[in-house]
Amino acid sequence: MTVAGFAFYVFAATVLVGGFFTVLSKNPVHSVLWLITAFIGATGLFVLAGAEFIAMLLMIVYVGAVMVLFLFVVMMLDVDFAELKAGMAKYVPIALLIAAILTVEFAMIFGVWVTADGVTMLPAPALGEVGNTNALGTLIYDDYLLLFQLAGLILLVAMIGAIVLTLRHRKDIKRQDVVRQMMRDPKDSIRMVDVKPGQGLG
Amino acid sequence: MVGLEHYLGVAAALFVIGIFGLFLNRKNIIVLLMSIELMLLAVNINLVAFSAWLGDLTGQVFTMFVLTVAAAEAAIGLAIVVSFYRRRGSIAVEDVNVLKG
Repeated sequence: MTVAGFAFYVFAATVLVGGFFTVLSKNPVHSVLWLITAFIGATGLFVLAGAEFIAMLLMIVYVGAVMVLFLFVVMMLDVDFAELKAGMAKYVPIALLIAAILTVEFAMIFGVWVTADGVTMLPAPALGEVGNTNALGTLIYDDYLLLFQLAGLILLVAMIGAIVLTLRHRKDIKRQDVVRQMMRDPKDSIRMVDVKPGQGLG
Repeated sequence: MVGLEHYLGVAAALFVIGIFGLFLNRKNIIVLLMSIELMLLAVNINLVAFSAWLGDLTGQVFTMFVLTVAAAEAAIGLAIVVSFYRRRGSIAVEDVNVLKG
């Protein structure tokens, strides 16, 4: 077995084990950590396939930002997760049934999948001339510029939506009211007292 | 070199695991969101594998779009979970049918 083949099986096993324990863990914090493991394995698979830019994107943006967001939310919510897991055994048969059906369907697809005669694979770009990131950037900014900008717009809408959904004005905390501060009158708030020597204010 | 079928096999298995988790954790909406992330990752592995083996970078561009939409979906979903938790004090999925209007 070549080194690449060995690395493929290691990363594939990482992805599958990570995914499996993501859905089986009792503690959601462990689920998030297993999901991060799965994403790291997928990063390795992408690097093996020659998609370095997507791999680094997955690592930096996904593991670095989205998974940390998950971790924040899981740790912030004070939920009794044991109670949520209580009915899990009830759902195991139906989940196994649907997983088995889907597996059989995928196996049937793999079984009948043939490449038509006369089909030639497109020539792979020579990596010596231009790297993956360079080629991807050329493609995005030449052919997919509008879609790329729209993807940015989706992120903007998601950001505004998340802020609007979670923003709240609490009444029971002190906060600065600039207008009230500026409209305040010295006559109402300052009292001049003539203090006699040796007596104090009494 | 590892064949295309190996990548597709891994992606199919990951997708099945995601569906399995979706039906297994029907009460815990956070694990539901994580199962959806797993399924999207399986789709991404498919796209990247075909892109690499057909020598066509378009698949990787679409992987980026899938990642964008998945990140937006995770952010909005978690924001809804947080505001729902503030309102009800729980994140049980069967309480969500009170969300109307």
